[in-house]
Formats: sequence, structure tokens, C-alpha cells
Amino acid sequence: MIPRPITITGGRLVLAEGAPVAGAIRLVGGRIAALGPIVPEPGDTVVDARGQLIAPGLVDLGVFAVDKPAFHFGGITRAALMPDQGPPLDHPARVRFAALSGKPDMWIHPLAAATRGLNGVELAELALMRDAGARAVATGRRWIDDSGVMARLLSYCAMLGLVVVTHAEDAGMAGQAVATAGEMATRLGLPSAPAEAEALAVGRDIALAEMTGAHVHFRQVTTARALDLVRAAKRRGLRVTAGVTPAHFMLSDLELANFRTFSRMSPPLRQDADRRAVVDAIADGTIDVIASGHDPRGPEDKRLPFADAEPGMAGAETLLPLTLTLVRDGRIDLARAFDLVAGAPARLLGVEAGVLRVGAEADIALIDPERPWVVSSDKMAASAGNTPFDRRPVEGRVTALFKGGTRID
Amino acid sequence: MQPSTPTSPQIAPTLREYPAGGLAFPHRDLTGIGQLARHEILYLLDEAEQWVELNRQSQKRAGLLSGLTIINAFFENSTRTLLSFEIAGKRLGADVVNMHAATSSVKKGETLIDTAMTLNAMRADAIVIRHASSGAVRLIAGKVDCPVLNAGDGQHEHPTQALLDALTIRHALNLSRGSDLNGLNVTICGDILHSRVARSNILALTALGANVRVCAPPALMPAEIEAMGVQVFHDFDAALKGANIIMMLRLQQERMQGQFIPSPREYRHLYGLTLERLARAEPDALVMHPGPMNRGIEIDSQVADHPTRSLITHQVERGVAIRMACLDVLTRRARALPGWDALTGGAA
Repeated sequence: MIPRPITITGGRLVLAEGAPVAGAIRLVGGRIAALGPIVPEPGDTVVDARGQLIAPGLVDLGVFAVDKPAFHFGGITRAALMPDQGPPLDHPARVRFAALSGKPDMWIHPLAAATRGLNGVELAELALMRDAGARAVATGRRWIDDSGVMARLLSYCAMLGLVVVTHAEDAGMAGQAVATAGEMATRLGLPSAPAEAEALAVGRDIALAEMTGAHVHFRQVTTARALDLVRAAKRRGLRVTAGVTPAHFMLSDLELANFRTFSRMSPPLRQDADRRAVVDAIADGTIDVIASGHDPRGPEDKRLPFADAEPGMAGAETLLPLTLTLVRDGRIDLARAFDLVAGAPARLLGVEAGVLRVGAEADIALIDPERPWVVSSDKMAASAGNTPFDRRPVEGRVTALFKGGTRID
Repeated sequence: MQPSTPTSPQIAPTLREYPAGGLAFPHRDLTGIGQLARHEILYLLDEAEQWVELNRQSQKRAGLLSGLTIINAFFENSTRTLLSFEIAGKRLGADVVNMHAATSSVKKGETLIDTAMTLNAMRADAIVIRHASSGAVRLIAGKVDCPVLNAGDGQHEHPTQALLDALTIRHALNLSRGSDLNGLNVTICGDILHSRVARSNILALTALGANVRVCAPPALMPAEIEAMGVQVFHDFDAALKGANIIMMLRLQQERMQGQFIPSPREYRHLYGLTLERLARAEPDALVMHPGPMNRGIEIDSQVADHPTRSLITHQVERGVAIRMACLDVLTRRARALPGWDALTGGAA
């Protein structure tokens, strides 16, 4: 049965640029048919937005689990799935299966494992995985420490037209570190690595991107020095982009106090000067993408001594409200906030979404940007409540979500 | 024989009064020196004095903890600390049970929390824990109903070692009860990066007013340690100048094989405490080592066995007294001592 067209009226449209404009949007056949000062056609299902934001559904670049309730709570209509699954997404059949795993109300874009078993040594079947539905290639949770392998990977992906999403931590420097070197790690006695471990990795991969012509996307850049390298590379016109998660622009390593494992991240939380550098880099455009890094982890992974716990946080539900704090602080405008969480990741993945434009996929979120709520670790929609933002009051909540022109209940 | 008293720092012995009853030590657990205020450190030192006396008598048994069960849960190998805690518990009359990780279900994949809940269900009255991960003791403390003592967690803290070191110093300098270590120059040399002994000692000694210097090659020096109120040295001779106390740390064998230090003999060349080097410190400077020692590497035998300058066996002796004091103080609520029945202050 073909769903009836939907017209959402009385909202404020979040467009690619400028302040939101009052108007309506009409969704037909899974795509955006019209938007602006329009009125519903006869026979349309009419939804009254009651002054809320009509925004593109979020495109989350780099999640570790398919967790629909959390994605829907957070307004995420598409998520790029990291290859770090069990087993890893290093085979075309697994990629094909993963690509179907969210349908119909959620699109999962698998990221192909760059190397077999994510071992950082042998290239995986990247062209076959691309044609099975992989939208980009990722090195996984780890950096590829062999520069020769990385160079061959990038030149191959440049030919295939695939973006390479990489983790930036020099393996030799990082070792078994679980914290950033500094007063906090010293007081707690935690294995730590200097923040420069990130800049070393970013520096090498920028050089290799320049050499091979590949598009390298650093999934998380979290230190001032590494951000300077990305900024300079962009200025030189290289195809280099950068992302970050809210943890690294909201929190510093002070959160490690009392060995709180919900604050164990990869890369580890940085000192506050680096956190502020991340905010500056979001504001000046050095950082292109904010993603959730959604990685729900139960007590078996988190209720352990700090260094023995797994890194990661359940971030899908808090991605939007935490990004909106940057708007409230005046660091970015609303249009840019949605480019960070929807537009830019959609462009990186090469999908027709993440923006309100006639002809684009009708992935729409209705958002009350001022609605207050409190993050609560034990009441999360996610499959686990490992959030370092527990009990934090936030603003901004998705009140309705449409995927491909169909309302998700 | 007692080591000679240094003449340089003028330390005025002061008698102190402590808050009444449980307010003197309002903590259920001893997870680190970092949780303690200065007067709480002094309180534990003063409480240990009586046990030093007792331990020197032929009849060493006190019945204070009679009927109580203490579990020593050691997830990491230890000989002297385990023995010291076991003797301390037994001298106080408690039933002491030792659990070694090597013979426990930890090897079968049981999680630390499950092990903790198991120990808790056996109704221990105190649990002493050593674990290879920083923060592990605190994690367990949050899951059990009885007092927890940290016997060393990863590279974080080893609070009873710092307390016994402070007591040893106090005795060596003939300082009375209640005295702090104001103005004393203490040099800690060795693998500071991986040392929980160094961290606990830095916290305790600075809280007691000592000037603490740490000395190590850069690879074994933690980042921003000066934020803990210490002076950082890489040159051992410079760090020794004016030192009243020299604490040497054990260098782990696995760190000497080129990863952090080119070789043991090169380490000795730069950081070994020889008689010749000792002469660069204050004339009556005293030497300490938490043991076990690598003789001929970080410390020469002539120094370790020096009859008047080495405090190493004194440290071991005070260790038992300090652990008796900690076990006594932490079980007072369970034993419903007057003034200790209600938990006063923060639980941590």
C-alpha cells in the first residue's frame, strides 16, 4: 500500500543556511516534494508542527551497535555502522546483511572494514563490499600502525571513490593507555599517553592522503595540535575531514575522578584546554561532523576497574541536545548544528539525505529545541545506560520522526 | 639500635587533640591517603604507637578483634604485605583468612564484583584487598557492607605503606605522638610512574608538611606530577642535596630490559644509591625502601644494611603496627565502641 502524502504545517524549517523559516513541508513517495510557504493538497495527511522545528533526520557517522530505540529517541534516521562487529564487517555478505538490518524505519549504512578481521595488515575486499552496500571504509576502533598498509589502503580507496574513516591514535605512543597524560591520570595512577599521540597519527594520515589523493575522515579529532594539522590541511585544499563526539567538547579528563568507567572513552577524555580547542574547531569549520559514537555497554563491560573496562558511551539520545548547547552558547547557528549532525555526514556517505531539499529523502525530525529533560542513565532508550551525562539537565527533544516519508511510532 | 637524629630540620613536637569518638576517623574504608585529612593521618599514626609497644613484648596477643573475620583478598602476588596484614589481624585476635588469586575462581573468569559479593556474603568484618588495577579497591568498597582496606591498587595507592613510612620516620627522628614532618626534606627516587608507594607517600608526606622531591628518568616520571606539590628531579645527585630522608623504590625487572631503561647497570650508574652517593645527602640522612630490594641495582648492600642510616627493617616492623591500628580503627563501628556506633561523616 502506498502511504498517503504527508504535509507538516506550522513549523519552522531548518534549511541549509540561515535562520529557520516558518513554513510547511510535503512528503510524497518517500521524498520531499515541496517545502516553504505551501499548503496541504487535498487527501494529504496533515501534521501540525505547532511552531516546532522541522529538521532533517540526523545522520550519525560511526555507531557501534544497531540500537533503534535509542536512534529514534535521538532523531537519528540513518547511522553509519562501524565495522567492529562480531564478526567484523569485512565480508560482502555481512555488509549486505547489515545494510538491511534497520529497514524499514531506520537506514544502516555499513562501513566496510579496511582490513580483514580489522587486523591492520591485509586489505579486505573493499570493492565487493562497496557494491554490497558499504558507504565508506573504516579502520575500526584502532589506527592502522603500518604506514605501508595505510598507504596502499588509501590509494585503493581513492580509486574506488570511498572515504576512509580512521581512528587517530599513534599505536606506539598510546600503548595500553586509558587516559591522557596529565595531573588526573597521574593522581589516579592510570596508564596514560600524551595528547600528542593523536597529532602524530593525524599528521601521518594527512601526508598519506596528500600522497594518494584519498579522502580521509578522522572520526574523532580531540586535541588542539591535531586540529591545527587538520586546519592547515584543509587550507591546502586536501580532502581531509574531521569529526568528534559530544563527550570531547563537553567533558574533560576531570570526569575520570573516582574511576568512573562511564567516562572511559577512546580516545580518552582530554585536558580542558584541548576541550576548548575542540569547541573552537567546531565553530571555525575545522570539524565537519558531530557523531554519537553510540556504543551501549552493560555492566559486564563497565562495572570493572577503570583500565579493565571497555571504552565508549551510549550517545544516540544525547547527540542532538548536547550539540544544541553550542547553539545556545552562540558558537554556531542552528543551520550549522544540523549540518554537523546531518548534512555533512550525509555528504560524506554520499546519500541524498541530511538536508531539507526538494527531491531528498523524506527523513524528517520534529524538534522542540527548548524542551527540558534530564539524562538518566537508568531510563535510557538505549540497550545500556552508559552515559557520562547522567543526571545532566539538557534541552531539545525530538517529538516526531519520519523515515522515508513515513511516521515512526 | 636507633638511628641518629638529624640536626638540620627543627621540628617542634606538638601534642594534638582529635575530634571525639568516630569523628576522629569518619571513614568506613581506607582506600587511599588521598581521602584523608592531615589530622586523620596523624590519628592513625598515633593509634599505631601502642601496637609498636605490644609487638616488642613476648606476649603479643590482644583480643580486640576476637570473633571477627578478616579476609585478605590478594589478586596480585605479595609476600610481605600479605604476611604483615595476616600477623596484624592475628595479633588483634581476629580470624584471618587469605584468598590468593592464583587459587581462586578469579582464574575461572569470575568478575571482580562477583568475587566481592561472594566475600561479602560470607560476612567478613573487614576485607583487605590488593589488585593490579588502579581503582579496583574503591570499586569493591562500593559493593560490600564491611570496611575495605587498600593493600595496593595498581599504580594508584598503597596507603598503609605511606603510613608505616611516616611512622618509621617519626620514630627515627625521636618525634613524639602528634608530630608531623614539617620542614623535612624527603627524596623519593625510582620508578615513580608505576609506583603506588610513591603516590601514597607524596600525599602523606606533603600533608604532614615535608618537602618532597621525586627523582627518576623522564620515561619513569608521570606527567604533571608537580601538581601534587613535589619538586621534580632527573639528576639524582641534585635531588640528594639537603635530603634528610631518601626513599628508594623498587625497579621492576620488566622495566629494565630496554623499554624504559637501557639496562640494570645503566640504571645503577645514574640512580643507584651507593655509599658514595649517600654522602651527597645530609650527613645524617636516613634511607628507606619499601622492599623487596634489588640489591646492587637501586640500592647497594652497604647502604641497605647500614647499621645507623638504613631504616628498612624498621619499616617492616612499623608495618605490622600500622596495619593493626587500621584494622582496629576501621572495625570500631562493627564492634560498637562508644562514640563509634553511628557512621559519622562521609562513607568514603
